[in-house]
Amino acid sequence: MSAVSAAARPFDAERVRGDFPILAQRVNGRPLVYLDSAASSQRPLAVLRAVERYETHHHSNVHRGVHTLSQAATEAFEGARARARRFLNARSTREIVFVRGATEGINLVAQSLARSRFGPGDEILISALEHHANIVPWQMVCAQTGCTLKVAPIDRRGEVDFERLSALLSARTRLVAMAHVSNALGTVLPIKRIVEAAHSCGALVLVDGAQAVPHTVVDVRELGCDFYAFSGHKLYGPTGIGVLYGREELLEEMPPWQGGGDMIRTVTFEKSTYNDLPWKFEAGTPNISGAVGLAAAMDYLEGLGIEALAAHEHRLLELATGELERMPGIEIIGTAAHKAAVLSFTMRGCHPHDLGTILDSEGVAIRTGHHCAMPVMTFFDVPATARASFGCYNTEADVRALVAALGKAREVFG
Amino acid sequence: MDLKDLYRDVILDHNRQPRNFGALANADAHADGHNPLCGDRLTVWVQLEGDRVTDVHFEGKGCAISTASASLMTEAVKGKDRAAIQSLYEQVHTLLTQQSAAPDASLGKLAALAGVSEFPARVKCATLCWHTLNAALERSADAVTTE
Repeated sequence: MSAVSAAARPFDAERVRGDFPILAQRVNGRPLVYLDSAASSQRPLAVLRAVERYETHHHSNVHRGVHTLSQAATEAFEGARARARRFLNARSTREIVFVRGATEGINLVAQSLARSRFGPGDEILISALEHHANIVPWQMVCAQTGCTLKVAPIDRRGEVDFERLSALLSARTRLVAMAHVSNALGTVLPIKRIVEAAHSCGALVLVDGAQAVPHTVVDVRELGCDFYAFSGHKLYGPTGIGVLYGREELLEEMPPWQGGGDMIRTVTFEKSTYNDLPWKFEAGTPNISGAVGLAAAMDYLEGLGIEALAAHEHRLLELATGELERMPGIEIIGTAAHKAAVLSFTMRGCHPHDLGTILDSEGVAIRTGHHCAMPVMTFFDVPATARASFGCYNTEADVRALVAALGKAREVFG
Repeated sequence: MDLKDLYRDVILDHNRQPRNFGALANADAHADGHNPLCGDRLTVWVQLEGDRVTDVHFEGKGCAISTASASLMTEAVKGKDRAAIQSLYEQVHTLLTQQSAAPDASLGKLAALAGVSEFPARVKCATLCWHTLNAALERSADAVTTE
């Protein structure tokens, strides 16, 4: 995660808000205060227009025809791939596989790489703060292959204990799969250190970057990871599109995991041969307009300046943390030293769902529930939490609205 | 949409001090209810005399709506037979899902749940206890039929 630099240029969130038409509405008679970007961020006009432009003028199937529209669609789709390569600083577009989202990217690695290579005695290491998307695919592979799932514990602050994680690494560890940023707690994991430790044991590393890419410059070569998966819709892009980065030599050796059109070179009833990377992993007609929208979102985000944005979000997080710490009965869940723009909390005497309803009646949208991280809830012994998360369009006024709405909840519940 | 309509005094009271709360000794059957979407969990115990529920308790962790609904349900079904409980549940379900429905006087304190119908996302909070009670009653019926 990039350091918050004092030199970062000032960030004008008020101006940024103007780029997001959805935010200019009232919810339950109040101006919408959107604090749920960690679940799904909103899309700027630049993304909406790029998708509309593609659908209005350029759509056809990709890699199929010689006609003009098919070539335009192919150009747009492959152009988006080139944009994603630059976004991650991957070596080649052969390393950029378009998927539905981070979940599908992780499942691809689980079913193609782990299922074909792992067996009894092999271990996959995850952490205790993972999203279900980075737990369940590995449990499925363990059931399929007989390999074992190990879990690196977290401490009361919600930090992964690096020493205990290291102690779980051994020659048996084939793969380490970790979040870059925890969706439930906001914890930023020391991925580079984890990659170095895992590689020194001969293990591969997959990073679930869904919560990291909207808040930090990700350079997969600098991180050194073998796979990096993320979703477009948490990055101000469309739903149903995401990216799996994989090191070329690994992807090259991996078998395809879905068969169909586009992923083949030749097909006979006796045998088929497969397409080159990355199309070997993209069976069927892809989400072309989604990829176009995602590329536009990357342009937009880099145009804002990811480091300046991270600094802005950090200020909001600090402000909100300070305010909530002063409110009696509020407990912040996840107090890691290094956090991204996520603030999970509970209020004594008021269940998170009741909080969610009361805040919604004040126009404030937050997420409540287990955040697809039930083991994290179990660890902190809470059934659920309320979670406010920040994005490029949030302002100090949004934090004040959150605090006022929490006061209202306190009023109702006494 | 009025918050006061959802969080009426009766609801807040039963949330703060749920009635018939805790495991029931000598229960004839119990069932666990879980709402995986929101994490609400509760257990309902029933004691029966023939077809009639003589005692019912619950315990669990959930929001104010789910806790108060369970607490009100235990008070309402005690002493009733299966058919009466089924018909009461149907009335409650209508109350929770149809905004226009004027609460029937026979609902008693359960009428306090009327505000839920304005908040569709919360209906499942209020019905969890009823589904769980139903599962406990079915289980006791199974036990009877296998004897």
